[in-house]
Amino acid sequence: MKPSRLSAFRPQIARLERRLFLKQGLSLGALSLLSGCTLKDDDAVDRLLTAMSRFNDKMQAALFDPAKLAPTYSEADVTTPFPFNAYYEEKDVPLVDGESYRLQLSGLIADKRPWSLEELCAMPQSSQITRLVCVEGWSAIGKWRGVAFRHFLEKIGADLSARYVGFKCADKYYSSIDMPSALHPQTLLALDFTDAKYGYPLRLRIPTKLGFKNPKFIGEIFVTNDYPGGYWEDKGYNWFSGS
Amino acid sequence: MADAVRAKKPQTIHPLFVRVTHWVNAFAIFVMALSGWRIYNASPLFGFEFPPDFTLGGWLAGALAWHFAAMWLLALNGMAYLAYGLVSGHFRKNFMPISFKRALDDVILASRGRLDHAPGRYNAVQRLLYVAVILAVIVAILSGLAIWKPVQFQGLTALMGGYETARLVHFFAMAAIVGFLVIHIGLAIGVKGVLAPMFTGRAEASR
Repeated sequence: MKPSRLSAFRPQIARLERRLFLKQGLSLGALSLLSGCTLKDDDAVDRLLTAMSRFNDKMQAALFDPAKLAPTYSEADVTTPFPFNAYYEEKDVPLVDGESYRLQLSGLIADKRPWSLEELCAMPQSSQITRLVCVEGWSAIGKWRGVAFRHFLEKIGADLSARYVGFKCADKYYSSIDMPSALHPQTLLALDFTDAKYGYPLRLRIPTKLGFKNPKFIGEIFVTNDYPGGYWEDKGYNWFSGS
Repeated sequence: MADAVRAKKPQTIHPLFVRVTHWVNAFAIFVMALSGWRIYNASPLFGFEFPPDFTLGGWLAGALAWHFAAMWLLALNGMAYLAYGLVSGHFRKNFMPISFKRALDDVILASRGRLDHAPGRYNAVQRLLYVAVILAVIVAILSGLAIWKPVQFQGLTALMGGYETARLVHFFAMAAIVGFLVIHIGLAIGVKGVLAPMFTGRAEASR
């Protein structure tokens, strides 16, 4: 689930292609309110806010309790229809052919053999009903079913002491998470979709993080010690974004 | 005689600690409110949005960056202020007693232009409002934590009535703080001679 009700966001996205996420951090109005302060020097402000965001990554990692489970809900609580959300409009969702689909693996993984959908579905499945919280503030309760990510990472011989797990998606989205969150018991590779638009054939469901840290249409998973960033993260959203 | 001497000499009515934490807090609240309004606009709870020109951050990520940076300033400065207030006796001496009746009496007196102004002594309305806004900031911080970490702080989130209710609590805590600020800033500018001492600490010699 990626941030944005797109219509409201499109102009900003266009502007932000430059990736200077806080260059325009101060709107004109706020700037005029602040005139007299030295905050006109946005480069210094940018650097400070970026440093604080990295600091918040560390604080959230320290706060993260690998044993603390996200609250679960009943079937009756599930939000229907579940909100569609991406950095593009619904008509632009990628269509992935399940038959020919192969999940690619790379990086610090012992067995990099690609996985077919059939093989993934043959693994033990678990399901959860949890709240997805969007970075925008809204939330929705959904049901997801699939393979426990920890189990999958162990199965492929991923280096579990590595720092990051990254994802590359068929919709050109990309993201990454910290290893402890990847190994959380509720982190799932979801395989069950009421509608393909929600990320068929494979999406990450990680209830300990904000929605945009739940990449859809995953085509490749990699394990690395080099910070991989992410689509929204590179534009300025906090990387850890834990819940 | 002693009184006459004191009247001529400027007296410190706002201790340095209170003045410093006040202005740090003012900056933190300013950043939190304006960035918070931009965050609100990303997914409005009610049928209105804040005018973008009166928000901070330029877009959601920028607003969040400001909000999650300034929250440390707000919390740390607030904790220092609370510790000082409790240990120094500032709260006991200046905020107690809290009385709705006396506050109402003071409002009536003020409306008739007969409210006595003693530099360095809070009237009953001030006592009530200052305690109320401190509580509102505490509620804003707790509901903010409940929204920020609904899994890690799920006990707190449950206490706030769940994630969605915590958003409402956070909003209304902000509204209470902003409501206070309208009165507070209005009076600070409108009442003669009360703004300068918040910088200098010294009351002007009584006339």
